[in-house]
Amino acid sequence: MFGTGLIVFRETLEAALFVGIIAAATRGVLNRSSWLALGIGVGAVGSLLMAAAIEPISNWADGIGQELVTMGILSIALAMLAWHCIWVSAHAKEMVADAKRIGTAVASGNGTLWAVALAVAMTVLREGAETVLFVAGLVSGSQEATGTLVAGGCIGLVLGAVIGWLIYAGLGKVKPHRLFAVTNLLILMLAGKLASQLAKTLSQADWVTWLGDSAWDMSSLLPDQSLPAMLLHGVIGYEASPSQLQLVFYVVAILLIGLSARAMRLRLQQPVLLTPQPS
Amino acid sequence: MATLWFQSKSMSRLLALVFAAFLGASAHAADTEFAMVIKSHQFVPAEIKVPANQRIKLNVHNQDSTPEEFESHSLKREKLIPGGAKALISIGPLKPGRYEFFGEFNQATAKGVVVVE
Repeated sequence: MFGTGLIVFRETLEAALFVGIIAAATRGVLNRSSWLALGIGVGAVGSLLMAAAIEPISNWADGIGQELVTMGILSIALAMLAWHCIWVSAHAKEMVADAKRIGTAVASGNGTLWAVALAVAMTVLREGAETVLFVAGLVSGSQEATGTLVAGGCIGLVLGAVIGWLIYAGLGKVKPHRLFAVTNLLILMLAGKLASQLAKTLSQADWVTWLGDSAWDMSSLLPDQSLPAMLLHGVIGYEASPSQLQLVFYVVAILLIGLSARAMRLRLQQPVLLTPQPS
Repeated sequence: MATLWFQSKSMSRLLALVFAAFLGASAHAADTEFAMVIKSHQFVPAEIKVPANQRIKLNVHNQDSTPEEFESHSLKREKLIPGGAKALISIGPLKPGRYEFFGEFNQATAKGVVVVE
């Protein structure tokens, strides 16, 4: 039961942190909850389908079907987060102005709801498919009573979701006019994490054979299996011993998205009418 | 209309070269394979000795009816292996040392190590 809970917790945690950050970044946007719920729903249904199809998927393309699917999922999620980051940066001034004026986050709306919903769907799909396979395997193959296993899984699911909610609630304490800066930075790091995982998948598929050595090894200091490491992994993509390729992808993704966001902001910045506000 | 940079012939040739170089490494001759099975949620053999600085393939046959996930932080691999299925996992070139791996779905019993020498 404990083992079941732990694995479900780990997978849920990663998705829940992702959703929590996205939800905080889109706080106050019209229809935001429906879009995020849609993303989670599509991801969950996709997880069941993918888990059911895991055998044919595994056999695709000389055995690298899983890696191809993962690359697709990660690339889509990465592109969506990049688009969101750039869009928000380009509109930061109006959004902050709105935030100051009406005290809550966004009134101008957010043109990237569909994009972040898609990113959420991809993340839930990735973590969910593995969880479904694990639980299905357990139920069919374990001596433990199904009830106990399901209970363990549910506890893991709830605990993971609670931590996702905590990061959302914690970000709610950030002053509205600073929220975009904070959440955009978090999303930028989520994008870095996706890029790093993409690098890992490229290596695993044997598509890139360079820079496979570890950039560093912190596994004695902060092992991957520890709770702080899991949390850091979920938020900034921490790994105790990432490959050099992962590090390069991480840094390049963050630089590219950060610089594009900056360029967009400078190009598109329109004068915004600011009403005087007591700070 | 001005030619865009990626439409110019030399640039597309350069891109093709870079791309080929990127993928080139995957067109190598067959790597040495090391076979391993998963049985009753255990890796057999649980210790595999492989040569250093070479690309090798682990051929893992999951003989259980339940799926397993081959995972290793130090080898940076995670691959689902459905019940009854085989999976090829490319690793290396590795420096000498011990690289632990485990079955994520049965961590209590499914443990192993790749010893590189």
